Amino acid sequence: MKIHEYQAKQLMAERGIAVPVGRVATTVEEAVAAVRPIVSETANPVVVVKAQIHAGGRGKGRFREHPELGGVTVVTAGIDGGVEAAEEAVRELAAKMLGSTLVTVQTGPEGKPVNRLYIEQGIDIARELYLSILLDRAVSHEVVMASTEGGMEIEKVAAETPEKILRADIDPCVGLLGFQAAALGWGLELEGPAHANFVRFVRALADAATEWDTDLIEINPLVVTADGDVMALDGKMAFDDNALFRHPEVVAMRDVTEEDPDELEAKEAGLSYIKLDGTIGCMVNGAGLAMSTMDIIKYFGGEPANFLDVGGGANAEQVATAFQIITRDPNVKGIFVNIFGGIMRCDTIATGIVDAVKKVGLEVPLVVRLEGTNVELGKRIIDESGLDVISASDMKDGAQKIVELAK
Amino acid sequence: MSILVNADTKVIVQGLGKTGQFHTDKAIAYGTRMVGAVHPSKAGSVHVFEGATDPSGVPGRDETYRVELPIFRTVREAVAETGADASVVYVPPPFAADAIMEAADAGIRLIVAITEGIPVADMVRAKRYLEGRDVRLVGPNCPGVITPRECKIGIMPGYIHTPGRIGVVSRSGTLTYEAVYQLTKLGLGQTTAVGIGGDPVNGTDFVDVLAMFEEDPDTDGVIMIGEIGGTAEEDAAEFVKSEMTKPVAGFIAGMTAPPGKRMGHAGAIISGGKGTAAAKVAAMEAAGIVVAPTPTDMGQAMLEALGR
Repeated sequence: MKIHEYQAKQLMAERGIAVPVGRVATTVEEAVAAVRPIVSETANPVVVVKAQIHAGGRGKGRFREHPELGGVTVVTAGIDGGVEAAEEAVRELAAKMLGSTLVTVQTGPEGKPVNRLYIEQGIDIARELYLSILLDRAVSHEVVMASTEGGMEIEKVAAETPEKILRADIDPCVGLLGFQAAALGWGLELEGPAHANFVRFVRALADAATEWDTDLIEINPLVVTADGDVMALDGKMAFDDNALFRHPEVVAMRDVTEEDPDELEAKEAGLSYIKLDGTIGCMVNGAGLAMSTMDIIKYFGGEPANFLDVGGGANAEQVATAFQIITRDPNVKGIFVNIFGGIMRCDTIATGIVDAVKKVGLEVPLVVRLEGTNVELGKRIIDESGLDVISASDMKDGAQKIVELAK
Repeated sequence: MSILVNADTKVIVQGLGKTGQFHTDKAIAYGTRMVGAVHPSKAGSVHVFEGATDPSGVPGRDETYRVELPIFRTVREAVAETGADASVVYVPPPFAADAIMEAADAGIRLIVAITEGIPVADMVRAKRYLEGRDVRLVGPNCPGVITPRECKIGIMPGYIHTPGRIGVVSRSGTLTYEAVYQLTKLGLGQTTAVGIGGDPVNGTDFVDVLAMFEEDPDTDGVIMIGEIGGTAEEDAAEFVKSEMTKPVAGFIAGMTAPPGKRMGHAGAIISGGKGTAAAKVAAMEAAGIVVAPTPTDMGQAMLEALGR
C-alpha cells in the first residue's frame, strides 16, 4: 500500500525525523490559509506547492490543462511582495492545480487527477542526496542505499556509476548500527554537524522502517541545508500489505481514489486482479498459472486484458465476481478460463461460471480449460448448462482457440 | 531414495483449524505418517480422522483409515511424545513466523510453511533465527513437499504424482501441478516435488533444492519453475552451470507481466528493472537449461534435456 508524500512526512515528523514545515490542502482556501503560518514559523517568505499523487516524477511532470505548470512549483512572490503576495500566488496556482490532471513519466499518458496539495516551506539547499531502505531479497533482510547523486533516477545511477551507490545491511537482530550510519555519512562526504544530523536521521529512519513494516522508503532528495540541517525534501513510502493488520494508523491513510476501482473490488472479494491493455480476459487459479496464461496468449499472438488469480479455494460467488470484473472491461473480446483444480474442484468452478454467465450474460466467446479434481463432473455441468462455451483440451489448445475467436 | 521426505518421515501439523484439518485428512488418506498436532486451544484432546484411503498414495494399506491424532500445546511436547521430525505449518499469518521459530527451537528437522500472507519483516526475523540451526524451512506460501507414494506434506493433489526419477522445484503451486501432470503423462515419474513458495523471503531457494537433487542417486534430471521477481533463478542458473552434472529443464512465468505490479505472489514483482522473465530465461539458457517456451511444453522440455 502506498501513501502520499505529506502522509509519509507526517509519519516521519511524529518520530522526530527531520522534514520541512508543511500543510496539506484539498481546497484553494486551505492552500491560501497554509501560507501565513508556514512563513511565520520558518521566517522564510518562499513556499513550495506540491501536487499529491501516488506517482513520482512530479517536478518534471506537467498538467494536461496547464502545460506550462509543473507538479512542484516554487513560489517566490513573497520575497518582494510579502506574505500577501505569496498568498495570492498560491491562490492562483492552487486554482489551476486542484482538479487538474498531472502527467508524469510514472503516471502513463492518462495522468492522475490532483485532489490534494502540500504547501511546504522553501529550503535553502546546499546538497541533494539519495537515501532508501528496502528489502534485498538476495540476502533476506533490509538494506540502506545511499548516494551523493540526489534528485537523480537511482536506477540510472546504479547502472552508470555503481560506485556511487553506498550500502549498509540491516541485521534484524540489532538494527542499523552507529558505525554503519557513520560510515554512510562519511561516504556521502558529510562532516561536522551535517554528519551528526545524517547519522541521527538514518538510524531513526531504519528503526522506523522495521516498526512500520515498509516495503520501501525512498527519500529523493535528502537535502543538506546551508546550516548543516539534514531533512527529507521528498518522501515515498510503501507498506507491506501483509502487515497492514498491525498498522491501523497506516490503513487510515489509504487514499482509494489513487487505486484502480476494479482492482480494489477484486481485492475486497479475495481475488488478485490487475488490469492490462489487451483484449483477452483471463480467469485462472494460482499466481504462476495466471501469469503463464497471459504469456501463452501473447505467445499465440493475442494480448491479455488482465491478470486474475481466483486463488486456491474460490467459491462460486467469487468466480461470479471475477467474471463481472472481466466482462466490464470494454476492451475484452474473449475470455479464457484456465483451471488446474488441485484442491479446488472443477465442478465448483464450473458452477461458478454457469451462475455468472446466467447473471451477467455473455457477449464474447468463452473458452474453458478444466483439468484436475472432478474434471469430468465440471465438464458435464458446463455441457448441460446449454451455454455457448468452447472446451479446450489443454492450455495451448485453449490459448490458440481464444486468440482466434477474439480476432 | 528421494530428498527431504520419505516413508519414514513423522509429521506434526501446527494449526489444526479448518484448513489444517482438511489437508491433514488428505495427508493421512495419502499415507503420510501424521503423528500429532499443535493447537493450544484444543490441546489434550484428539482429533479423529477417518475416511477412504487415497489409492494414489502409499501402497499396501487398508481401503479405509481411522486415526486419532493427539493435540499438544507446544511443539516441544509434540516432539517429546511422538518423535516427529517434520512439521507442516497452517497457522494464520500473524502468528506463523512464531510457529516456524517454535518448531526450530523444538528440534524439528524440516518445517514446511504453507501459510500465505506472512509479513515480510516476520520472515526476515524468522530466517535470521533459523541461521546456524540444524533445520530446513520450505516455504512459506508454498504447496509443500511430496515424495510420491511415500509422504505428502502440504496442499498438492496426490493423484497427479507418480514415483520416478525426476526432481521438481517451483515457486508456483498450480504450475507445479501442471508440470508434474505433464511429466506423469509422459511416463516420467518424480523423486520428490518441492514448492519453495512465492514470497520474497523464503527458507529454501532453488540452489538448495538443486544441490539436493544433484546428490540424490535416484534423481536423473530436474525441472525448475520460476517466475518474475528477485534473482533466485539467475543464481540457480549459475549453480547449474558450475556445479550440476544432471540435465535441467525449466520454465519462467511472467513474460508479459508489467513492471511495478505484484502478480498475485508477494515476491512476483519486477522492480527497478530487476527480476524480468527475459533476464531469467537468458541466464537459464546460457547455463544449458532447456527452457520451455510455453507452460504446456514443460514435460517435453524435460524429455529434451534428458536427451530422449
